[in-house]
Amino acid sequence: MSASVRIPTPLRPLTGGAAEVPVAPGPLSAVLTELDASYPGLGERVLDESGALRRFVNVYVGDDDVRFLSGLDTEVAEGASVSIVPAVAGG
Amino acid sequence: MTATLDPPRVTSLRCRECGADYPAGPTHVCERCFGPLAVSYAPFTVTREEIESGPASMWRYAAFLPCAPRVDLGAGFTRLVRADNLARALGMRDLWVKDDSGNPTHSFKDRVVSVAASKAVELGFTTLACASTGNLANSVAAHAARAGLRAVVLVPSDLEAGKIVTTAVYGQTLVAVDGSYDDVNRLCAEVADDLPWAFVNVNLRPYYAEGSKTLGYEVAEQLGWRLPRQVVVPVASGSLLTKVDRAFRDLVAHGLVDDTGYAVYGAQSAGCNPVADAFANGWETCRPVRATGIAKSLAIGNPADGPYALEVARRTGGAVADVSDDEVVAGIRLLAETEGIFGETAGGVTVATLRRLLGEGRLDADVTTVLLNTGEGLKTLDAVAPHVGPTVTIEPSLAAFRKAGLGA
Repeated sequence: MSASVRIPTPLRPLTGGAAEVPVAPGPLSAVLTELDASYPGLGERVLDESGALRRFVNVYVGDDDVRFLSGLDTEVAEGASVSIVPAVAGG
Repeated sequence: MTATLDPPRVTSLRCRECGADYPAGPTHVCERCFGPLAVSYAPFTVTREEIESGPASMWRYAAFLPCAPRVDLGAGFTRLVRADNLARALGMRDLWVKDDSGNPTHSFKDRVVSVAASKAVELGFTTLACASTGNLANSVAAHAARAGLRAVVLVPSDLEAGKIVTTAVYGQTLVAVDGSYDDVNRLCAEVADDLPWAFVNVNLRPYYAEGSKTLGYEVAEQLGWRLPRQVVVPVASGSLLTKVDRAFRDLVAHGLVDDTGYAVYGAQSAGCNPVADAFANGWETCRPVRATGIAKSLAIGNPADGPYALEVARRTGGAVADVSDDEVVAGIRLLAETEGIFGETAGGVTVATLRRLLGEGRLDADVTTVLLNTGEGLKTLDAVAPHVGPTVTIEPSLAAFRKAGLGA
């Protein structure tokens, strides 16, 4: 078993076109570290120089925006689905 | 005689964060940094006379828009009302209401949808889609009907009944989602990746947002080609506020108005105030909130243009503030009772915020001020229905009429 991450279009060139990729469960920060190891360059697209989420990236674990949870410390459980979604939409 | 100006040449979509350029297609997010893309134009010139000889619609400003008017219900060039009664009630000297409830589907959203639908046709799409708090849903469904396109409109299931009916009547696909607007928006952002649809406020958002500029151009033209000193704008995503600022700067840059300076004020409700909260706290970005309250058309807890709206309010010497639901209802009633204009909840938010900022001395009562009423009160009857009703109910007789004291 594992968790999964949904990859938005702008990042799919890094995942070889894959829209969803498996990851090991753990804190969101560890999930992103693993993603960057598997798909080099992905981390810097999601995180800024200080290691925080970029201001135009929303990350969800299940149905919830991680900013309503524990941010990068949010636990990604076995079987959970993480979504990386561009923030710029709507209005 | 009317003549529609040729639209200018769109040169690229440019990231507002990192400046990367992309071909002008159906895309809205920078692949490098996730920043929003905005339309870049080749240099052009335009005169007041050319604009004035155009149609009595937003398309008289085609010179500033990213496409030709392929889908047009007649949005824009709504009335600018001199609001002396409201001004007197608020102790102001020169107040105007730009009444965008007069648009074809009764909100300013017809401006953005006319541009987005036109661009969608130009790009070869046959399905229009959107996430909406109601007004956009009305407008997308209506424009799709007119253009012979298919529409798929997604809204939160708890919207006002008025906004459901006024979308459903156009016979398009209306999807009620059991969630907040932010939930609906996230869903659309995810499905837009995998569908060949023109989501007006997702993959066509750079073009769509350009339509809002026409509100700013019209205000200046209708004031006699001058900028107001203050403008009060309702804030949901923050896009409208940033585009009104863009419009004023465009007019100055093209020599169409004098650079007299202006301040932009943003209005939110206390139930959904991420931009006002960030303004008050001096933050550069917004902390998302879970939206509550009666101002559902402004219920975006995670505003895409929040950082830019903050930048505009600060740069121009304006502010972003929020008001309670009680103040919103009082604002709707005040506008109706003084000017005969029945605005929706967003209009009430804007009137109430103007009143609050005046009371706090943060807005000047003596200079030309324009208030944007972006929608129609008939769509949000639920908000005021508990507060107004018949003065008296009587039998149909002269005696009953007199007994009720109505002959006095």
